[in-house]
Amino acid sequence: MSTQAVPGTAPVGARAARRARWRGLANVHAIRGAAGILAFLALWQIGVLLHLPVVAKVPAPLEVARAAAGLLHDPRYYVDWAVSFRRVAIGFVIAQVLGVPLGLVMGWKTTFRYVTFPIFEVLRPIPPLAWVPLSIVFWPTTEQSIIFVIFLGAFFTTVINTMSGVRALDDRYVRAAISLGASPATIFRRIIFPGALPSIFTGMAVGMGITWSVLVAAEIIAGRSGLGFFTWEAYVGGAFPTIIVGMVSIGVAGYLASSSIRLVAKRVMPWTSRL
Amino acid sequence: MSAGEGRLELRDVCVAFPSENGDTRVVDGCSFTLEPGKLSVMLGPSGCGKTTLINLIAGYQAPTSGTIALDGRAVTGPGADRLVVFQETALFPWMRVIDNVTFGPLSRGTLDAAGARERAATLLRKVGLDGFADRYPNQLSGGMQRRAELARAIINEPHLMLMDEPFRGLDAMTRELMQEHYLRLFEEQPRTNLFVTSELGEAIFLADHLLVMTHKPTRVKRVIDVDLPRPREFRMLTSPRFREIYEDALISLHEEGAKAFAGM
Repeated sequence: MSTQAVPGTAPVGARAARRARWRGLANVHAIRGAAGILAFLALWQIGVLLHLPVVAKVPAPLEVARAAAGLLHDPRYYVDWAVSFRRVAIGFVIAQVLGVPLGLVMGWKTTFRYVTFPIFEVLRPIPPLAWVPLSIVFWPTTEQSIIFVIFLGAFFTTVINTMSGVRALDDRYVRAAISLGASPATIFRRIIFPGALPSIFTGMAVGMGITWSVLVAAEIIAGRSGLGFFTWEAYVGGAFPTIIVGMVSIGVAGYLASSSIRLVAKRVMPWTSRL
Repeated sequence: MSAGEGRLELRDVCVAFPSENGDTRVVDGCSFTLEPGKLSVMLGPSGCGKTTLINLIAGYQAPTSGTIALDGRAVTGPGADRLVVFQETALFPWMRVIDNVTFGPLSRGTLDAAGARERAATLLRKVGLDGFADRYPNQLSGGMQRRAELARAIINEPHLMLMDEPFRGLDAMTRELMQEHYLRLFEEQPRTNLFVTSELGEAIFLADHLLVMTHKPTRVKRVIDVDLPRPREFRMLTSPRFREIYEDALISLHEEGAKAFAGM
């Protein structure tokens, strides 16, 4: 009798067990992931050593590692990181600050949506890079035009995702809120906005991916700094291992940016993760 | 709650949708009165328009003709005097249980933050959710979600509670416990309740009156008084009187069920 579970303690035990299992899984996943990357690098190195077609022209991983090691002492390399991150951050944040409220209203107010949505449908398919020439003409500095193009890359995705998030919100929540006597302002703040948050974060994750691809291209076309320009400069200067360092850096930077969004999402929406 | 609050009157309520061969009437000439402080259970075959009636009374939908009035005031839209507990939970997933429960009084400003929290805590204890105030709805079982929803409605002191098959989809055991919980809340402070179900046993166990509805178009076929004493207990389910009412209601219900089955 004494070993019988007291109501309320059982879930706690189950939760601990689940957490332990998750931690175990995470380790397994990490080990498998690392093994995959090592195997990829090994194949690449072997391919270069065997002079396989196409692969032979690519610098071997060890050469790339040597180039990277050299760059670790070069302050300019870090400046390129900082410059790229700054551009992405500014463009992305402006896109959210303008795009989220706009998307919320577009989702909420039918008339407003009918008026504005066609504009988006026409502008959205224009690739952000097609804006570069106009952007250079329009904005006084290159820096501003690059940030503007990055902004565009994230903006449309943000607006569209936010809007669909509001529209996909189950009617019963709004009905319940109206029944409980909530004012339109309260409904907007406490029902529509949090209800659309999962979609908003999906939009942010997608938008963040777009900003990095746009950034690199914009830096190559118009920039004099940043990781994209760094990679291009390596190509122009014939430093082939450095090209790969630049590419990997951009990959890592994009990954860090997306991870931080996932991290923020988890913190802002505790209700989406169970227990 | 002063006496006389919570009298609901439906007079000749019709709901029609335009269709190929003229208007299709979902609800036709539906009239009934709910007495204050009584628990009425609406019974009918599934798809017979019970949810439509709930939506009308809640004010989510307007009738094509006829009038609906609560305590003499015509129903023109949703209001906190008539609250619905749905079959699917409508708890806000992004709010903790406590914030869900206090949402009504804080939105309307009828209680201050401290007062609302205190009242919510009392109600949560009553529905057996002590210690779950800081959970999110998806961390609760189906039965707990339904109880949290009851608390969220009751805190507003509605004159009329609309229960739209709230225990459907729960397992048999949980369902019985929910019926007991619900009855205890009702019997402690009787307010007008309209409870929709398609389970006859549940209906009789809970009800003061049964409203047996016709199948398409919906109107009241019969009102059956349930004179079992309160407080209700589960052993009443085997009493002779329970069985008499059961048989009587079953025959009426069966006729309508057969019509629904035949697709009429």
